[in-house]
Amino acid sequence: MALILEDVQVMRAADGTPLKLKLARSMRRQQLKSLALIAPLFLFIVISFLVPILMMLRNAFYDPDIHDNLPQTLVEISHWDGKDVPNEDTFAAFAADMKLAQKAKQAALVGKRLNYEIPTLKSKTTVTARKLEAIEHGPWKEALIGLDPVWGENETWAAIKRASSVYTPFYLLNVIDMKQGADGSLQQTAPERQIYRAILLRTFGISTLVTLLTLILGYPVAHLLATTPQRTASILMIFVLLPFWTSLLVRTTAWSILLQDGGAITQLLSVTGISKLLNFLGLLHGEPALFKTRLATVLAMTHIQLPFTLLPIYSVMKTISPNYMRAARSLGATPAYAYWSVYIPQTLPGVAAGCLLTFILSLGYYITPALVGGPTDNMIAGFIDTAMNSENNWGKAAALGTILLTATLILYYVYNKLIGIDKMKLG
Amino acid sequence: MAGPLVKFERVQKSYDGLTLVVKNLNLEIPKGEFLTMLGPSGSGKTTTLMMLAGFEPATNGEIWLSGQPVNNVPPHKRGIGMVFQNYALFPHMTVAENLAFPLKVRNFSKSEIDAKLKRALDMVQLSGFENRKPGQLSGGQQQRVAVARALVFEPDLVLMDEPLGALDKQLREQMQFEIKHIHQRLGVTVVYVTHDQTEALTMSDRIAVFNDGEIQQLSTAEELYDTPNNSFVAQFIGENNRFSGQISKVNGKQCEVTMAGGQKLRALNIVGGTAGTRTRLSIRPERVEIVADSKKHANVLPARLHEIIFLGDHVRARMSVAGNDDFIVKIRHNNRQELVAGDEVKIGWHIEDCRALDEIGATRQ
Ligand SMILES: Nc1ncnc2c1ncn2[C@@H]1O[C@H](COP(=O)(O)OP(=O)(O)OP(=O)(O)O)[C@@H](O)[C@H]1O
Ligand SMILES: [Mg+2]
Repeated sequence: MALILEDVQVMRAADGTPLKLKLARSMRRQQLKSLALIAPLFLFIVISFLVPILMMLRNAFYDPDIHDNLPQTLVEISHWDGKDVPNEDTFAAFAADMKLAQKAKQAALVGKRLNYEIPTLKSKTTVTARKLEAIEHGPWKEALIGLDPVWGENETWAAIKRASSVYTPFYLLNVIDMKQGADGSLQQTAPERQIYRAILLRTFGISTLVTLLTLILGYPVAHLLATTPQRTASILMIFVLLPFWTSLLVRTTAWSILLQDGGAITQLLSVTGISKLLNFLGLLHGEPALFKTRLATVLAMTHIQLPFTLLPIYSVMKTISPNYMRAARSLGATPAYAYWSVYIPQTLPGVAAGCLLTFILSLGYYITPALVGGPTDNMIAGFIDTAMNSENNWGKAAALGTILLTATLILYYVYNKLIGIDKMKLG
Repeated sequence: MAGPLVKFERVQKSYDGLTLVVKNLNLEIPKGEFLTMLGPSGSGKTTTLMMLAGFEPATNGEIWLSGQPVNNVPPHKRGIGMVFQNYALFPHMTVAENLAFPLKVRNFSKSEIDAKLKRALDMVQLSGFENRKPGQLSGGQQQRVAVARALVFEPDLVLMDEPLGALDKQLREQMQFEIKHIHQRLGVTVVYVTHDQTEALTMSDRIAVFNDGEIQQLSTAEELYDTPNNSFVAQFIGENNRFSGQISKVNGKQCEVTMAGGQKLRALNIVGGTAGTRTRLSIRPERVEIVADSKKHANVLPARLHEIIFLGDHVRARMSVAGNDDFIVKIRHNNRQELVAGDEVKIGWHIEDCRALDEIGATRQ
């Protein structure tokens, strides 16, 4: 003991702050340890999740097709005043660029990009690029306008100029049915071409409906689970969790079998006479058609989402002592009033957490609407899929994804403001 | 009002249909009394309170409130104030909203509510805390709000289930005083549950000692301490020296008890046994004296001193007496002779201070 004390004294005499140094060293080891513990998961998330998402989202406003393929044109067009058709130099640059692009098999990309600005430009661009191969020398202005009069129009060149930056608001504006006019101002898309706002509204509408339904169905069950004796509650809990143990795809497929025309549910309705009754009341004509309807989508989604809403509510209810209700009763409140004024307000953090979870998850539904829903029930995620896999339009997919992500973050922010994220309990 | 405010009549309670948690409870509480239910954990105190408040139905028997049977009256119509162990203040309401709750459900006008609220806050010295949430109050302050809330609608009866259990010792003592004070001032009837015997002894008009679902003894603090009716009470309340033996002779209210070592002691025959009954003798430590003169006391025994602990106003002496190695004697400081560990002394006590009670385990019936 005495030896150690002496040692410490020697060290302190030698370099001033030995104790702090030692402490820092031991703390550093601790910190390194924590870092080492989280590093694998952190790296995994960054590499497999965060970076791809950011790269994907970049597509929403990053589009280098014009910039990369028409470099000389862009130099020339930057001097253009926009009043008259550009000069011969610009046309020459364009022709040269297009020849190179055609050789590199990039002309279609240029056309696709221009087509977003002015529909019909896609085919015109590709045809022009093909025909240009045969023309050896200028004057390019006449040659190009001769190939297609569209090159003699100011709008065409304005569109090229607009699309010249590698960054473009085009995709994001497009998915909220807006566009940039020739003069750069914001404009509504032509009414017959507006589709995205309806899709957004539909997505939010279905999600809200599903959230409400899971809340209405789940809240009483959560209350039952939280207040029955543990043994019974455990058994009931298995029934709630049962859907969790089956894959979403299997459950959705099961729903599509149940809801088929002539399937189990339709048969049940006609056997019990409910179909007849509805027909009699004029609410239904002939056999009920459930499959491929909005009703089917909502039904299946509600079923799948129920545990997500229920469990956070349940876990909050578990922590509410029965003494609160007793206190309210002893103070003179009827059971209904006590429940309304004392119990329900205390469950709100759970309700908010559960609803938020279900709402956000519902926004991203894709398989279920596609399998059991009708053609007009596709939600945002379905359109993202189409944009990526069928249209090969990554910019649009990324823009839709950005909208989804933004909506989620806004909800999260509102939740945090109203309830406080530290109060979130998910199970 | 004529008759008791609360009356339990042959009340029994079972949760599982197998065991009785409350066995044959008969209890009358007059208006204005401060009655404490004292007993070890699981003895049925809370259950009794819950039946009175209406949260648990009595399995058998009848409970009366102001002369009316209340078995079928729901809790919110009984008009009983209640303070819970963890206060059960509504966490999403402010102090003022908590206090106004019982008034609102009774449809008091805004001005009446304000007046009552102010009076209640003054009573518990919490004016200025109206707009705090319970989470922003200290334990003692929350406790006061809970008391004020149970009293603000002026009930005849207030139930308190270990209301001070979560507080530290100093705060607990202060709150004991305050609750007692409020009780005296308002004249409200209080049924109080605790398993802290000091709390029970200092606060109550009467104490009901619970064990195993039964009231072991119901009397004032003084009686409970001085004249316990059975071994459980003697042991549960205060400090107590014990001897086991067998009654060898009964003489009116007194008896002679022969101990395992052959010594004979005289005691009050509280257990009501006859010759041959096994019994347990109980003597309070402060009733034992170290004697020089064997004539003065009915019971005199030799003792061997093990340990002396100085405690200011008195000393505690631990000694071996008739096979009991843990015999405690409290000696007032000025009576203390020059005692040292290892001394052989004689100790004695009066017949009235030595009570022959039941052999522990077999509760009295
Ligand atoms: N809701 C219930 N269901 C089943 N058994 C119960 C219930 N509440 C209490 N008991 C049982 O009844 C007995 C008495 O419980 P009670 O709560 O009345 O005791 P207590 O005297 O208040 O004890 P404590 O001092 O620990 O609060 C205990 O054995 C307990 O396990
Ligand atoms: Mg209790």
